[in-house]
Amino acid sequence: MIDKRVASMAEALAGIADGSTVLVGGFGAVGQPNALIDGLIEQGAKDLIIVANNAGMDAKVGLPRLMAAGRARKLVCSFPRGSTVFDELYKAGRIELEVVPQGTLAERIRAAGAGIPAFYTPTGVGTKLAEGKEQRHVGGRDCILEHALKADVALVEAWRADRWGNLTYKGSGRNFNPVMAAAATLTVVQSQHIDELGALDPEAVVTPGIFVSRVLHVPYGNPPPGNRRADVARPEAKR
Amino acid sequence: MKPFGRAEMAAKLAADIPEGWYVNLGIGLPTLVADYVPAEREVVFHSENGILGMGPAPPEDAVDTWLVNAGKENVTLRTGASLVHHADSFMMIRGGHLDLCVLGAYEVAANGDIANWTTSLNDAVPAVGGAMDLAAGARRLWVMMEHTTKDGRPRLVERCAYPLTALAAVKRIYTNLAVIDVSARGFEVRLVADGVSFEALQERTGAKLHRPA
Repeated sequence: MIDKRVASMAEALAGIADGSTVLVGGFGAVGQPNALIDGLIEQGAKDLIIVANNAGMDAKVGLPRLMAAGRARKLVCSFPRGSTVFDELYKAGRIELEVVPQGTLAERIRAAGAGIPAFYTPTGVGTKLAEGKEQRHVGGRDCILEHALKADVALVEAWRADRWGNLTYKGSGRNFNPVMAAAATLTVVQSQHIDELGALDPEAVVTPGIFVSRVLHVPYGNPPPGNRRADVARPEAKR
Repeated sequence: MKPFGRAEMAAKLAADIPEGWYVNLGIGLPTLVADYVPAEREVVFHSENGILGMGPAPPEDAVDTWLVNAGKENVTLRTGASLVHHADSFMMIRGGHLDLCVLGAYEVAANGDIANWTTSLNDAVPAVGGAMDLAAGARRLWVMMEHTTKDGRPRLVERCAYPLTALAAVKRIYTNLAVIDVSARGFEVRLVADGVSFEALQERTGAKLHRPA
């Protein structure tokens, strides 16, 4: 019988080594596997390369905590704003940063999962982020060569999971999670709900279990509210 | 001289978006544009983090915290919306499927170069988000920004001084003083705010302006 469910955080994160490259799902506060990140701090792995879209938000939660604990030596990220923890570490020269355009980040991770070692893209051509990269005219456009971003570990947050590791997501919590799930040697999932095998509609499964290694039940509820919109227009004709 | 207010800029841009377009609005000023597209005109708004068919901000008592836009603000889905993961979302952007992207900018050059992601590569923490993908990938890139900086320096320039986001990408610029196309000739003035003469606009612009052909 295939059963990827694990009963404890220790089991979920067992074997994650120092120096690992770790993909972390989430966009803003939504779809972030914060329980697994807390577990990783407890587990103790250090010298980690963290790949995530953001550098986290709340200093007491998730990635900022991991970084403040000195466990990350490098962040690969598209938008490292919102966390003063990262700012301070970066300015003090205590963490490396690789800034990657968001779509290139997603595609580098997707490529790793799809067995594509590298690809050409027009994104970033002529910018600082193209420096040192091979440039070539392909398909009528100047492109740069970007390499797949394969990882040792992916930390994923799902809405529903079954014992085979089939997953669904909620709202915009899907974001990087399914892409990351396929790109790591060890994919660990925290899921809000655990369903019987067969309860998930095969038509609706987003991440098939083949990409998943371990599933931990973490029914934490809803993410915190997002940012307040700073400048709400008040047009005559309200939508 | 009667410059356009932010709402007026948003309304002018919104009026130029036809029904049926798939549109990504950058964070900040461009976000306002959605408020001026009437719901009965079916324009489909995209958000980088996997939403196609994004609706307006929810009333305060009906917030679904599972739905955020690229600016991490809570939003809604309109009828007909779909949710995708990040690679598919950027497939829409990078594969040329979006009809329009609207971004804010620090500078736009007469050849369409755009600088909008960082003002310095030295002291600040550089953060690019999806700007480079959007600028290079969308079928049209329009920019919405103030015509000059707070201390009066032009933002429409011959060559960008700030780090570039993309080369020769911008097709049109909506400022508080004018609407300007970027053509093979350079900056072409389509429309000016009340009381703004061509000469006054030229004085506030760092590259040659052309009257429409």
